[in-house]
Amino acid sequence: MAIQTVSHEPTTVYIKPSKGLATLHLRDLWTYRELVFFMIWRDIKVRYKQTMLGAAWAIIQPVMTMLVFNFIFNGVAKVSSDGVPYPIFSYTALLPWGLFVAALNNASRSLTSNSNMVTKIYFPRLVLPVASVLSGLVDFAISFVILILLMFYYKVTPAWNVLWALPLFLLLAIVAALGVALWLSAINVKYRDVNYALPFLTQFWLFATPVAYSASVISPKWRLLYSLNPMAGVVNGFRWALLGAGSGPDAALWVSVGISLLVLVSGLFYFRGMEKTFADTI
Amino acid sequence: MTIAIRAEHLSKKYRIGAAQQKFQYGMLRDVLTDTITAPVRWAKAMARRSDNPQLPTEKNFIWALKDVSFDLEEGQVLGIVGRNGAGKSTLLKVLSRVTEPTVGTVTVRGRVGSLLEVGTGFHPELTGRENIFLNGAVLGMKRAEIERKFDEIVDFSEVGQFIDTPVKRYSSGMYLRLAFAVAAHLEPEILVVDEVLAVGDAEFQRKCLGKMGDVAQQGRTVLFVSHNMSAILRLTQEAIVLKKGQLIKRAPTQEAVDFYLSSGLAETGERLWGAEDIPVTAAPFKPIALRVKDRSGKVVDTVRSTEPVTIEWEYKLEAPVTGLRVGMYLNTMRAEYVFTAFDTDDAKQFEQFGARQAGHYFSRCTIPADFFNEGRYSLGVNASSFAVRRYFMDDNALSFNVDITGAPGTQWPEVRQGPVRPRLNWQIEKVE
Repeated sequence: MAIQTVSHEPTTVYIKPSKGLATLHLRDLWTYRELVFFMIWRDIKVRYKQTMLGAAWAIIQPVMTMLVFNFIFNGVAKVSSDGVPYPIFSYTALLPWGLFVAALNNASRSLTSNSNMVTKIYFPRLVLPVASVLSGLVDFAISFVILILLMFYYKVTPAWNVLWALPLFLLLAIVAALGVALWLSAINVKYRDVNYALPFLTQFWLFATPVAYSASVISPKWRLLYSLNPMAGVVNGFRWALLGAGSGPDAALWVSVGISLLVLVSGLFYFRGMEKTFADTI
Repeated sequence: MTIAIRAEHLSKKYRIGAAQQKFQYGMLRDVLTDTITAPVRWAKAMARRSDNPQLPTEKNFIWALKDVSFDLEEGQVLGIVGRNGAGKSTLLKVLSRVTEPTVGTVTVRGRVGSLLEVGTGFHPELTGRENIFLNGAVLGMKRAEIERKFDEIVDFSEVGQFIDTPVKRYSSGMYLRLAFAVAAHLEPEILVVDEVLAVGDAEFQRKCLGKMGDVAQQGRTVLFVSHNMSAILRLTQEAIVLKKGQLIKRAPTQEAVDFYLSSGLAETGERLWGAEDIPVTAAPFKPIALRVKDRSGKVVDTVRSTEPVTIEWEYKLEAPVTGLRVGMYLNTMRAEYVFTAFDTDDAKQFEQFGARQAGHYFSRCTIPADFFNEGRYSLGVNASSFAVRRYFMDDNALSFNVDITGAPGTQWPEVRQGPVRPRLNWQIEKVE
């Protein structure tokens, strides 16, 4: 479908059945960038409405998880944390992980919970999952403040490369989350099984990601296979950039990047392909 | 004149029946078992050489639109009529790009805005102000455009003092007014209106119609879908009639409406009860059908207010019942009661029919001419023995339209308040 622009000279739109492999029409999304912005704004505005603690939840959730991890993995199981104090070691990983999980949870439901929009008006459907993923950045920023406090407390000073490395690893987390989110949201339109499968999926994924433990416990011969999980690359990257832990970018990181891009591009095509049936099947 | 909309051979196919039940709200499990067993079924079907309903055949599809072609010039106001399921909504959905056609193309010149999307994207937790911005963006308005029109939208919606209150605290009327105000200020080149007049109070309806008139006068194109023939007649010059997805008539509105009303295309005006619709507690009362009939005895969905209307309830008693009264509630679509009446309201009638033998019955009544105002009315039914037992009740058994052509006061094109429109015997006396 052609793009729609708002101008005084009416634009002509041709509506016809799309054939073959769907084209991505990412310009469409650009045209509707204000809608993306408004959807993010709406998500943020209503997220903690009618809660007593409000945005404090963005801090409570990762901090409580960190405390539990600290008790079990540090206190009881005594896992290695690469010479970094365990609380900050796990909290650094919980930030991108929380972003990722929230993105999957919100985005997978983004189409079905806005079904009245999908069935009534035209707009690039990509707006919904994209906005859900990006709106998680606000929670990320709030919980990041705690990380800074922890770094002061434990006197951890990041190297200068944090300035370029952290944004890139954050971008990688978003790419990975968006890719998976596109798949899940499109599948969820037709098969609501996604709602039920997602808690298990994220739970298993957590174990497959070095959040509670260090990636260094994985034996070198499995490292490459292990890095097929893009979140492994993200978490290692966060620890390296912020805490100087681990070995820094290596071949495994490129595997993570490659997989993330592959999932994102295939997700975009799948989403576009399914998009035309959304209004009929939702 | 330039063409605003050109639809060519527009068709839209939907899956229905067994296939749809299976896949529409499908579960992965179903699809997996289906995929696994598909070769077996296919082999069986081939062996039997019979139509297996599980295999996709033409039977499993319905053409919601079939080869619809039309041109609409800029500034024209086109009415679309047809009974439920005729494809009116599908046509609007294709035109507003919500769903893709299966075959055919449409060329649309300009932005399509539709009043079927009022309130889309509204979030109950957000304030009126916030929702105006959100809804505007959802409808495709730029932020600057919304800011420019903001005051106008608030004025139009009449919710001014509550603009910073979350809309979940609004009454449904306020909510609707605000939603409509945003949609009405979208200023699309092409406006699509679908049955929006069925909601809201009379004053609000008047405003909606006024806005639609303004839009048409500004030379913008309007597509208007309604079951309300008098509104169609009043607001459009030309209309198309859809039947089972096909465009069967395009003519000046009066001609198209006459064709639609006289060809039996209109809604059935009949409600039938199957065995599965009747609760076991209804026995021995068994409803069969409720019908709305015009003066000639034809079952119709649209009645003329200037003619008497007969309501007929057909039912069976499988055992004798004493103290029975069979009747109806008449409501407006806004759920205001107009009246309640039973077949044994008359004392003599009750003496004669209060105790009824088992058998097959019709209870009929005639509502006199010049009773209804325009719009859609809903009929509820009730069969009971007073203070003893209620056998059967259905609050919304059937609805029908009233066309007020020729009714008192129709020389003025305005909405008259109130559910009834009697022809009163006015005396005008001049006093010296």
